[in-house]
Amino acid sequence: MNKKSTGFREIAHTADWELEVWAPDYFTILKQSAIGMYKLMGVSTDKKNNNERSINIPWSDQENTLVTFLSELVFICESEGLAFHKIEFSISDNNLKVDLQGSPIISMEKEIKAVTYHNLKIETSQDGLNAHIVFDV
Amino acid sequence: MVSIKDLIRINEYEWEIPKSFRHDMRVPVRIFATRRLLDSVMEDNSLEQAVNASTLPGLVGRVLVMPDMHQGYGFPIGGVAATTYPDGVISPGGIGYDINCGVRLLSSHIAFDEVQPNLDDLVNALNHYCPSGVGKKGQIHLSEREINQVCTDGSGWALKAGYATEADIRRTEEGGKLEGADPSKVSPRAKERGRPQIGTLGAGNHFIEVDVIEKIFDPKAAQIMGLQEGNLAVQIHCGSRGFGHQICTDYVREFQSAIKRYNIQLPDRELVCAPLNSKEGQDYLAAMRCAANYAFANRQILAHLARQAFESVFAGKLTDWYLYQVYDIAHNMGKIEKHLIDGNEVKVCVHRKGATRAFGPNSPDLPDEYKKIGQPVLVPGSMGTASWVLVGTESSMERSFGSSCHGAGRVMSRKKAKKSIRGTTLREELEKQGIHIRAGSMAGLAEEAPSAYKDVDEVVNIVAGAGIAKKVARLLPVAVVKG
Repeated sequence: MNKKSTGFREIAHTADWELEVWAPDYFTILKQSAIGMYKLMGVSTDKKNNNERSINIPWSDQENTLVTFLSELVFICESEGLAFHKIEFSISDNNLKVDLQGSPIISMEKEIKAVTYHNLKIETSQDGLNAHIVFDV
Repeated sequence: MVSIKDLIRINEYEWEIPKSFRHDMRVPVRIFATRRLLDSVMEDNSLEQAVNASTLPGLVGRVLVMPDMHQGYGFPIGGVAATTYPDGVISPGGIGYDINCGVRLLSSHIAFDEVQPNLDDLVNALNHYCPSGVGKKGQIHLSEREINQVCTDGSGWALKAGYATEADIRRTEEGGKLEGADPSKVSPRAKERGRPQIGTLGAGNHFIEVDVIEKIFDPKAAQIMGLQEGNLAVQIHCGSRGFGHQICTDYVREFQSAIKRYNIQLPDRELVCAPLNSKEGQDYLAAMRCAANYAFANRQILAHLARQAFESVFAGKLTDWYLYQVYDIAHNMGKIEKHLIDGNEVKVCVHRKGATRAFGPNSPDLPDEYKKIGQPVLVPGSMGTASWVLVGTESSMERSFGSSCHGAGRVMSRKKAKKSIRGTTLREELEKQGIHIRAGSMAGLAEEAPSAYKDVDEVVNIVAGAGIAKKVARLLPVAVVKG
């Protein structure tokens, strides 16, 4: 399969959802994972209303940080009804700071219960990085 | 990958992956399946995941896999594993994010033939009274104090609040309340998610289904349960909603570092665990019990709302429209139980993930009327196919840690289902078969299509053939509310 340097695709999984994500660097993996997750959930937002938010995630290994970041988005989605389209990352004092811009969710087709660690590994490929993420649905 | 040639045939219904299959296995894996069913099982990674589960420290006996098995995350769905208490481990991923996802069955004295013309009104009423669907909040918004009470009292909270009867509580696993729940071990975030969601069905594979009792196989057991051929029954399938999902998320993350502290090596990070006698293990157990109690209360409130829906449709038309509790069981749970292992009674933590407790006759944990027949085991099919009521057996106590299957089990990926099946077409086809459907999302409906599941009759024939459950009644769907 010819893949562009950045993207995601759904992989067949019997009970849950699996996403393959690829990107040239780790921050883009995080961002593409978020976009892919929203796509799987069938999220549509009211783009006329803009919301900004910053979150801090304790930096650990790459996989753990990815799960923690996506779990934060699942929590905000469910508790506040917000989804984000602009996502910027910076690291300070062993924390990953994430600046988010987004909008209220108008509709969502399906919900994600949780982001799992199942067989999660961020691997280096010739084009950059590659990750497989399984979501419990 | 596990292949057929790696399996040892025990008998027509049981197969084993020996401990020698992989160096890190601590116990063998026992599979309840026919040769025919194994062919479909080999198409996903469920057996690989069962082998991974067999590496957990402190396991006793065997890891068991029920015939409705399919690939999950960490453990396979349909997996059962017991660890010694208190020095074995507890694994949140071996219980699942939807802690105490389970099924409640309600019986009625309503004859299907008499009310067939009212089914459309009935499914509309159920859809109206019982909140369902993605992001749906309920009519009850728990205060901080109330959610703590739900955590500790479970269905007992619902009884005090007027959503339950004593008979409902008696016919619920553990009386609808696990002892040892501690709300201080639950994060504020989990409580925030749980407070507005109590009394809601959710989405995905959760449903409320009205069935007609098509055939009775065990008249004595059916009579004790209140099941009569031709009458309506109601199944409610859901769990602990965002409350349980967040509790599991919190502890799976915390256990990522715990396994390093306890020097536990695992083949998959989703299997992370902690010794039951460690602070981490005890904290998770106390928090998991909170989610279990929340789920019991959640299904209880939905039963109350279903009764209101039935009343709204049948009051003035029938003399008895009440829904009587048959039983409520969990199929995602970790329980401390005593089982006979090699002739000795051992206290263990039984992880059931997509597997139902199936205690046999005379178990002290059952209400008196069920001590004679064994525990009701509720096996929902898919929305277009049959469901089953079974009972646990003496053999299930000896051979499967008192466990049986929990459903049909998926066979088709969600991706393939939504690519090959249109939700609207499926709904029309089911309506033509006389099954009234209300669904929050057509894409979600397509993912849950009957063809995405195994043949539930085949699954039930395997557990019955293996002797770990006994058939009581077969139900057919006539109205379904999907989230």
